[in-house]
Amino acid sequence: MFVFFRDLDRRWIFLAMFLAIAIPLLIGIRFPEEPSQMVRNVYQEIDQLEEGADILLAFDFDPASQGELQPMAAAFTRHCALKKHKLYFMTLWPTGVPMIEQNIRILTTEFPEYKYGTDYVNLGYKPGMEVVIQSIVSEGNLQELFTTDNAGTSLKSHPMTEKLGDILKMNLIVNVSAGTPGAKEWVQYAATPFNLNMVAGTTGVGAPALYPYIPKQLRGILGAIKAAAEYEQAMIEKFPDLKENKDAQEGLRRMGPQLVAHLLIIGLIVVGNIIFFVDRRRGTTS
Amino acid sequence: MIVSYFVPPAQSWKDDFAIWFEILAAFAFVLGAGNLLKMHLQKVSSRQAGWGFSVITIVAFLVTLVVGLGKVGVNPNAAFPEYAWSGNKMEPGSSWFWYIFEYVYLPLAATMFALLAFFIASAAFRAFRAKNIEAILLLGTAFIVLIGRTYAGIILTDWLPEPLRFDRLTEFIMDVFNSAGNRAIMIGISLGIVSLSLKILMGVDRSYLGSEE
Amino acid sequence: MRVHVLPGALVIAATLLLAPSAFAAPPAPPKNVTAIDRPDDAGSTIKLKWTPSTKNPADARPVIQYAILRKTVGNEFKEVQTVAATESMFSDTDCENGVEYLYAVIAIASDGSRSTPATTNTPAVASTQYFDGKRSWFVVILGMITCSIIYFINLAHRGHDLKIRKITGLEAVNEAVGRATEMGRSCLFIPGIQDINDIQTVAGITVLSRVAGLAAEYDATLEVPTSRSLVMTMARETVEAAYLAAGRPDAYREDNIYYLTDEQFGYVAGVTGTMVREKPAACFYMGAFFAESLILAETGNSIGAIQVAGTAMPSQLPFFVAACDYTLIGEEFFAASAYLSGEKHQLGSLKGQDVGKLFGAILLVVGCLLATFSLNSSKATFTRLDKNRDGSISQSESSQMSKAEFAEIDKDKNNTLDSEEIGSFKSGTVAESLQSATDYIKDNLLGSNGF
Repeated sequence: MFVFFRDLDRRWIFLAMFLAIAIPLLIGIRFPEEPSQMVRNVYQEIDQLEEGADILLAFDFDPASQGELQPMAAAFTRHCALKKHKLYFMTLWPTGVPMIEQNIRILTTEFPEYKYGTDYVNLGYKPGMEVVIQSIVSEGNLQELFTTDNAGTSLKSHPMTEKLGDILKMNLIVNVSAGTPGAKEWVQYAATPFNLNMVAGTTGVGAPALYPYIPKQLRGILGAIKAAAEYEQAMIEKFPDLKENKDAQEGLRRMGPQLVAHLLIIGLIVVGNIIFFVDRRRGTTS
Repeated sequence: MIVSYFVPPAQSWKDDFAIWFEILAAFAFVLGAGNLLKMHLQKVSSRQAGWGFSVITIVAFLVTLVVGLGKVGVNPNAAFPEYAWSGNKMEPGSSWFWYIFEYVYLPLAATMFALLAFFIASAAFRAFRAKNIEAILLLGTAFIVLIGRTYAGIILTDWLPEPLRFDRLTEFIMDVFNSAGNRAIMIGISLGIVSLSLKILMGVDRSYLGSEE
Repeated sequence: MRVHVLPGALVIAATLLLAPSAFAAPPAPPKNVTAIDRPDDAGSTIKLKWTPSTKNPADARPVIQYAILRKTVGNEFKEVQTVAATESMFSDTDCENGVEYLYAVIAIASDGSRSTPATTNTPAVASTQYFDGKRSWFVVILGMITCSIIYFINLAHRGHDLKIRKITGLEAVNEAVGRATEMGRSCLFIPGIQDINDIQTVAGITVLSRVAGLAAEYDATLEVPTSRSLVMTMARETVEAAYLAAGRPDAYREDNIYYLTDEQFGYVAGVTGTMVREKPAACFYMGAFFAESLILAETGNSIGAIQVAGTAMPSQLPFFVAACDYTLIGEEFFAASAYLSGEKHQLGSLKGQDVGKLFGAILLVVGCLLATFSLNSSKATFTRLDKNRDGSISQSESSQMSKAEFAEIDKDKNNTLDSEEIGSFKSGTVAESLQSATDYIKDNLLGSNGF
């Protein structure tokens, strides 16, 4: 037994991890969530804005990270729509456009009264990485840089973008990002120098690097699925109708597998250490 | 670039540089694609080990290129029906490029990202050993954060006073220790960047140009 | 006839009384309209501010827009823009430098009625500033650090002996290349997944130069897959020069440095495939890495390669530390090239960096102390600020407030005061200006390099 664990083929670990995620996912184990202060701060930023506020939704992630980030992007979109804010979607990642489209589908299916061009607009992908952020913060530049929406239609033909102006008109920047350019660049080039309100959602790995910017430069962050689930919970508390909406609970649904996976990792660390100590004792006694 | 940071009238230089870089990068893309094809064609022609993979790479590359550039299956934009190429290349349910994206690229990318979960487990098993005091502290913190990040933190430690509950401790660790550590690393890194940039600007370190000695 | 006129007048009067909306009073004009040259800019912009029309007449419709009018002295006002009623600021970016402009703001109600214009009293003139005053702290700090680095480089150049601590990760580079040679297997060098405009990639390439020199010396095979074609070109030139410098130009193989794909996980798949097939004996990861770090390092570990990593991505460091034999953390990574070169004047720069760090640490400590000791006064300021707002929170209440509530007030503060007022409030005490200096080190120094 000891030898088996000491020389454990890592494929056994992979199998255990696969089962730890697959079984809870298939059974559909769910746990209640309690929104943390950080999540409540982020929630409050969107909630406190008056109806019709301008919100820039910068979704800088790709299909690879959508498993982790789409639930929070969806939660942000849904929350903004429930609060009847005006939404401007954009991305600095070429593969981010389908991510925006996924969220726009939420608007078209769940909020039929939301009209494209009047309540939300998809500015699409802009090449140039962080330089785009540096450029759009200049006065009037949002209007100069974006002349058409993602489908190639002139922005002048939409009521909400007829006079797009500059980024200072945005009451809040909501960024969901999986890397560079992402939340860090938005904080450094837009939120900090222009005193703009900003919240961000990021992967679990990326979150620690953003903590130093809170609360002055960033109002708050959502880190990984856990925070997305808490955010969904906070929304359900305020809008009980969402309880019936399965799509609005993607994050909550994924917390079951996460718990089991975390327990497995803890178990592996414990077993690994037992082996280490037994090995060391044998080494010293022999 | 440095001047443009401090001198307002020069601020537009930065944008100009960025545009030039984009143009260069676009040309470089052609260079990259050419190199990719050359390498794999060489492998195929000399029947090197794994040349089958090279065939797949070349075919996948060419198919995606043709489908993407040719906008195969894309309907023209409603506003400009007379221009066949005016449509959205990612038009769902019609564009071939969209099909490739949705049913090939998306699952493949998500799979690679998901591999992380498996590698984290194997790395935790192998490398996370309580070798010394620092490692024990690290282990303890990891234990609190791992538990605190799930509902288990609340069930297991609900009986403790609020500041000691694992979910609250996790927040505290992230806010205080994590932020402090990250800030220290960030300051060190920025000084490193200043120093390296200065050495390059002054020509002290020219190894990256390949013109040393 | 007169008999008929009277009822007609009565009807009109009754209509006016019964349907006030048809003839609603015009909205109240905005107040305190001021226009100034926008500070720290390239010119041609004037910044306009006003207080929204609050006390509208009871029978006036709500304000939905403000019209901005402009004139040069002696001319008529012309409308330049309309903005939403939620705005209280406007930047006129279409001004000529040196020309005097006067502005007027008119409130427009939902029925189209317009208020009387509120005008600026003194003309505003746009001008160009040749130095961004907001960044003066940054210049001072950057200047000090730069000077200390240059000073130590010169000192080393003149032959002074500078002690540099041993970096085990870099000592291991020699060992790793040596082992690869002994085993007859290759070395794999990954310069991160960012382009050459990322300083981390440049730092990675400087390390590559040293590794290539060693590989040439030991006659080991060096393979460099890149995820950007420009990085490939740069790596080829660097490696070729290193082989030339080592006197082995014949051993250089251009095809060993190749481009895979820009796509993050496609690149990872390609590299890990190479690792599993060719089983390199040494793997170097030097550059900017993201989620792929652990996949690469774990694969390298599974094939038993000796691994050295270096990155300035704090979020990826734990993964490298766990899976690699040696990891260069942040600044060590930037010091790698100087360290490996062993050239005295390069090592001088490391010493200069330390002075910068010391300076940063002193600033932090002083800032923290001052902030701590002036806490009471800042709390009082908060209360004062709050009293100004609604006069409802007392000093004792404020001292019992949680951090979150303070943050809440901070938010309100931002909403009620404009940025200039906040600016002057922030620069009110020495502690705060020092804190802003430390903030500069923390935030801007990093931001300026696009890292």
